[in-house]
Amino acid sequence: MSALARREFLKAGGAVVIGFALHDVLDAQTRGTVAGPPDARQIDTWLAIHADNTATVYVGFAELGQGASTALLQIAADELDLDMSQIKSVRLDTNVTPNQGGTYSSASIARGGPQVRTAAAEARLALLGMAAKQLGVPVENLSVAKGVVSAGTRRVTYGELIGDRRFELAFTGSAPIKKPSEYKVVGERVARKDLADKVKGTHAYMQHVRVDGMLHGRVVRPRGQRAYGVGARVTTVDETSIRDIPGARVIRRGDFLGVVAQNEWDAVRAARQLKAAWEPTSALPGSEKLYERMRSAKSGDEIVLERGNVSTALPLAAHLVSFHGRAPYQAHAPFGPNCAVADVKRDSALVMCSTQDVYATRRTLAALLKLQEKDVRVQYYEGSGTYGHSCYDDVAQAAAFMSQDVGRPVRVQFMRWDEHGWDNFGPAHVGEVRAAADASGKIVAYEYHGWQHGWSGTEASAQLTGASVSEFINAPAMGVQGVNRLTCGGQYAIANLKLVNHKLPVTEYLKAGWLRSPLDLSFAFVSEQAIDQLAFLLKIDPYEFRRRNIADDRWLGVLDAAAKAAKWTPKIASGKRDGKIVSGRGIGLGTHLQSWGGAVADVEVNVETGQVAIKRLYGALDAGLVVNPAIVESQIRGQLVQTASRLLHEEVTFDTAGVTSVDWRTYPILRFEECPEVTPIVVQQINERSLGAGEEVMAAAAAAIANAFFDATGARMEEFPFTRPRVLAALKR
Amino acid sequence: MQLKVNEKTWTVSSAPDTPLLYVLANELELHGPRFGCGLAQCGSCSVLVDGVEKRSCVTAVSAVAGKSITTLEGLPVWYAVTRRLSMVPSLHPVQQAMLDEQAPQCGYCYNGMMVKAAELLSKTPRPDDTQIRTAMNGHLCRCGTYPSIMRAIRRASELMAAPTEARR
Repeated sequence: MSALARREFLKAGGAVVIGFALHDVLDAQTRGTVAGPPDARQIDTWLAIHADNTATVYVGFAELGQGASTALLQIAADELDLDMSQIKSVRLDTNVTPNQGGTYSSASIARGGPQVRTAAAEARLALLGMAAKQLGVPVENLSVAKGVVSAGTRRVTYGELIGDRRFELAFTGSAPIKKPSEYKVVGERVARKDLADKVKGTHAYMQHVRVDGMLHGRVVRPRGQRAYGVGARVTTVDETSIRDIPGARVIRRGDFLGVVAQNEWDAVRAARQLKAAWEPTSALPGSEKLYERMRSAKSGDEIVLERGNVSTALPLAAHLVSFHGRAPYQAHAPFGPNCAVADVKRDSALVMCSTQDVYATRRTLAALLKLQEKDVRVQYYEGSGTYGHSCYDDVAQAAAFMSQDVGRPVRVQFMRWDEHGWDNFGPAHVGEVRAAADASGKIVAYEYHGWQHGWSGTEASAQLTGASVSEFINAPAMGVQGVNRLTCGGQYAIANLKLVNHKLPVTEYLKAGWLRSPLDLSFAFVSEQAIDQLAFLLKIDPYEFRRRNIADDRWLGVLDAAAKAAKWTPKIASGKRDGKIVSGRGIGLGTHLQSWGGAVADVEVNVETGQVAIKRLYGALDAGLVVNPAIVESQIRGQLVQTASRLLHEEVTFDTAGVTSVDWRTYPILRFEECPEVTPIVVQQINERSLGAGEEVMAAAAAAIANAFFDATGARMEEFPFTRPRVLAALKR
Repeated sequence: MQLKVNEKTWTVSSAPDTPLLYVLANELELHGPRFGCGLAQCGSCSVLVDGVEKRSCVTAVSAVAGKSITTLEGLPVWYAVTRRLSMVPSLHPVQQAMLDEQAPQCGYCYNGMMVKAAELLSKTPRPDDTQIRTAMNGHLCRCGTYPSIMRAIRRASELMAAPTEARR
């Protein structure tokens, strides 16, 4: 970026850096001049100590509204012997922050924590070396508190030792780190750093960013996406239809259609008013025939995991359960639609957006804008909770295309129907499971078949400009686009087990992406009902049945914790429906890619109307060492409420042309009046590695809700959400 | 056109049919009211108009000229005026309680949550659980923090009932 562009950027960004001291601005200025990622093997990349004895930690993870940025600072503060008031982080920026990979798979603490901790330890060791020299005493005679290094009565601060100068030190990872028994800040219920500004109304979300000379843009698309492989072919655009709106103009690149205007409301009006038509299509099966098509389609089959011999063990077992289940597409539906501001110049670009991965977004944008990666700068601004791959990249590309075409900065915010209608949905799922137990109550065989498609790799904006559609390829180790070996039977010690993935082509369905705890709610909904049904057949209490078959101590820990919190009393589902309202209690286990989740649910079912009320949810999570139990409790509460919403209400609907659920009326979510009481339980493991905590109790909660429904009614729900017609149909079966 | 927002008078130039939200966000550069749906379905854009919660995304700016508009930023001064306090607190008790409870996750919906809760407590100082749920039912939270919001509203109710000095 040229000096002029940088000055412009600083000026433009002025409104959003209020509250940062001067040295930070200068520091950011020097740090921001070169395209990143900065060298991860240098300590200076990870942190800086300022003259006022405070520290900045450069963290490569986005604050997604879950509090992870505070927890990462706790780790750094602990290792540096600083107080939480002495430490802060900066926004993600491809010119400033290291590349720690994307903020997904609950990675912030699990993957980011050890990096931050070892970097801080190495910096502390260097600071102690400097202090020893300055004070003329050996390192082992020094003690540190709040960034003040002492030897008896003599002292020197970190700020005095290195204030705002570079360490110029290689990050070797060799400095000893503190033992859990030495933690002072980690494990504490520290208040989140971002919440004071959020309640005051001074926090700058992405949606608040404004820059000088900026135009407002909106995309113009059919309300509701069509089949991914089909796109939306524009047949006619009548540019004269927005002639009466001052300064409004149409932006078109192939089938990518948008409008820009000086005033935001004029852009909104122009997008609404522009007369455009698209080629008709009927490539989708429609919501009603979705599962039929998925189940009968030719799929790419692969065995995810196999041990023992399921086909011989299943028929020999004393008790066999076969269960089929279906789960819909669900939307991220962030509360505030995604927004981005792009300033694309002839040979450079600055794009501000809410991406979960600034470096991945930079790479794609550079290719689309035909710029070099080093000339594109991407900055992260928090939007509303995204819970996965919502439209943040799509809107960033839209803003970038429009800015490149008009030669001015452009701010694009999606309208509600754009976000709901063009999301990368959590994919639909069809699951079939067979599970068998011997007469003593031991699960001896288990087989799971899952039908679903993977994630789409091309954003709608890029696709509409002519980019070819692709599948999203992720590292095989992630394994989150298919049957999950932890949630599908992994909770139990089963000698004969087989998991099979039946992969469908995403191009024939809806665009898809990772939605919080991808597919796990669906897997647990199917799998854990089969396990529960086995317990029922054997007339064993479902909690006791799970205990007998549990895979390991960590699973047992969350199972016991959830049962204890709920004051579980042994029972066998009666299935008797006495009266109009029947109540039941269920239990379940599940997780995402790591950690362990257990849950208990209490539900009430009105057998006349089919209305289901989730009264109470208990969620126990073992995520190893929990850095901030208060934050994780809050995350568990959110997961439980969101799971209730997804089980009771959430379903993307579509006809053969396209998506029809495009707002909160057509895609309802849980509201205050139906909100269950929720009890979070953190199973703290002070000596274990920290693992993900942002999504790992949802599968268990989904299972517990489904099993509670059975306990209440004696009927199994084979599909969610639990709409009244579906409930009434299940009760009649 | 003149608008009274947070006890100050502003002259604005937007067309009269412009929804109030766009005037507050772009001309007054306020961060409280924010776009959520543009359909009055979610409560993201809520403001108080003469003490009554309104969805600014569907309220034409001309319809509120001459009325007293309060945004999230103005809740403390609105509280001071309506309660005849000698000093404007730094936070409205609802804001303080949300912070004390560490209620928000992403916090985007909290503009509407706090505006609506402030309206509720001004009319019903000691709401029971059902009253809270009913009043708040038109406000959505995607992060699922409803239980924390309800706890915070009960706490705010207690803060408001406490002697004035204790609040400062």
